Amino acid sequence: MSRTLKIALGVLLIAIFIVGPADLTGFGIPWTGLKRYGTYILTLWLVTAVAAMGVNLIVGYAGQETLAQAAFLGIGAFTTTLLQKAGLPFGLCFIASGLVCFLVGIILGFPALRVQKHYLAFVTLAFSVFVWLVIRNEEWLTGGVNGIQGIKRPVLFGISLRPALYYYWLVLTLTAVLTGMMWWLLRSPWGRAFTALRENSVRAESLGIDVRGYTLMAFAIGSGYGGFAGAMYAPLVEFIDPSPFALGASLQYLLMVVAGGAGSFVGPFVGAAVSVLLPEWLRFAEGFYLIIFALLVMLLMAFCPTGIVGLFERLTTKARRPHADDKGPTLGTGTGSTTVAGSKS
Amino acid sequence: MSEVMTAPARTMNGTGKTVLEVRDISKSFGGVHAVRGVTFDVREGEILGLIGPNGSGKSTLFNCILGQLTPTTGEVRVGGASVTGLRPSQLNRLGIGRTFQLLQVFPQLTVRENLILAGQEHEGSRLKRLFGPRDAGLTANAERMIDFFRLGHLSDEKAGGLSYGQQKLLDCAMAFMAGPKLVLLDEPAGGVNLTMLGNLKERLQAINKETGATFVVIEHNMEFVMSLCTRIIVLAEGKVIAEGHPDTIRKDPKVIEAYLGH
Repeated sequence: MSRTLKIALGVLLIAIFIVGPADLTGFGIPWTGLKRYGTYILTLWLVTAVAAMGVNLIVGYAGQETLAQAAFLGIGAFTTTLLQKAGLPFGLCFIASGLVCFLVGIILGFPALRVQKHYLAFVTLAFSVFVWLVIRNEEWLTGGVNGIQGIKRPVLFGISLRPALYYYWLVLTLTAVLTGMMWWLLRSPWGRAFTALRENSVRAESLGIDVRGYTLMAFAIGSGYGGFAGAMYAPLVEFIDPSPFALGASLQYLLMVVAGGAGSFVGPFVGAAVSVLLPEWLRFAEGFYLIIFALLVMLLMAFCPTGIVGLFERLTTKARRPHADDKGPTLGTGTGSTTVAGSKS
Repeated sequence: MSEVMTAPARTMNGTGKTVLEVRDISKSFGGVHAVRGVTFDVREGEILGLIGPNGSGKSTLFNCILGQLTPTTGEVRVGGASVTGLRPSQLNRLGIGRTFQLLQVFPQLTVRENLILAGQEHEGSRLKRLFGPRDAGLTANAERMIDFFRLGHLSDEKAGGLSYGQQKLLDCAMAFMAGPKLVLLDEPAGGVNLTMLGNLKERLQAINKETGATFVVIEHNMEFVMSLCTRIIVLAEGKVIAEGHPDTIRKDPKVIEAYLGH
């Protein structure tokens, strides 16, 4: 994706997140901001995008597989809830949730050193089911199927973040920090090493890249993002039970990354929008909305496996070059042999 | 070139100390004995050719030396220390580079990024690489390598968009990016056109002459290997059947028989 397009998409997302819930009537603009439910959906979009960013690191950049992100969301949500109930401030609970998931993610990364592709997916699937069973059965800790109710939203500098809009600003700030951290990570030599793992791990190893270490780090950091998302999710919904952390949800996180554009920085935000916003927009279809949703996703995957960001890129490339080949952009040096002096033979 | 490689210059004759010792290496896959008791030394500064008919065990031997495969028996020593069983990444950090028989560049990265990637793990600690500059301080070195291998006009192109010959040059350049003391090249001339082949040979000879870097080259192109190498080892059916100067090897009846089958 060209730099201009990336910036344009990023600016559009930032504008939606800042302007969406804000009351602009004071500036002479007739926009009163989203109502309570709209703000809740926007917050959920951000939380979901943070979890999807973690999956994107593991799947899109490092080329591994994971069907366990919802489990990490669950671990993060319950860690924050239990620590908050024990009297710890939200900030510490938030950090602890990410840290716990980071450490568990390292453990989950070890099978990736031995098995790859769908075998690895099944290992993470088993982990996901294991965590869900623990959440459902260990009633003394998690409340079992009844879950835990009355989760409080944090108080920051004496200001209660109980109102949806106030909590939204906190989630937006934390998401911005986490997005910045991910951007830094992917722009650093680590990001290049993750890409090398995805593209050719044998060659990467021969260039001195510690494939084991970077694989474990991809799982740990990606899972940590699941934990951070869980820490923000629990006070948002104020009630947690096992259902949002089941295997189906993990599959949905993978879908978000693939539908948004695996390996694209803004892909998780776009994919999370598909998962969170599209069902809301399809409510007019009532009982048919899931069928329409499934059909749209199937069509997207069939005709644009690079996701919505890839589709956007293809459309804009065609707009710039009306006779461009359907296979997408090609480099002038990619055909025929070229001499070292640069002239084509 | 001298600013690309900073090691002291040595002669092409390989009169220096022993860089690599291969001792009685064997490798079996079930009942198939791919490599059988191969022993040889590689001296500092020499260009050693490893030739043999298809299936003679050259690439398997390479993979045993470079940690891609664990030898069934035998030992590999680098600079006097045993490195048998070390992972390829550990060997690379000890100063051993390699290229592969099939092209192994990173197609989604640019030429410059491929080269930076090839050198970044040799720069500082992993934590420093996380918080340090994006290019790990290697842009200038990568540019020099790009110029040296005459890929200057392609620095910002994605590697996947280069021609086959250009990707071969990039593959070689990547192997030299970290300033290795020993490089094992697996069929560097395979599929490369004549113009590019001459350029590749000239570049390899220049690196060897100016820095004393040591090479072991597997190659099927006899003209290329005979004119590049200072010593040649011939493998057939997993065993060493001849060793010596290219002129001697060319006339060796055992070598002729191994290649022609009579």
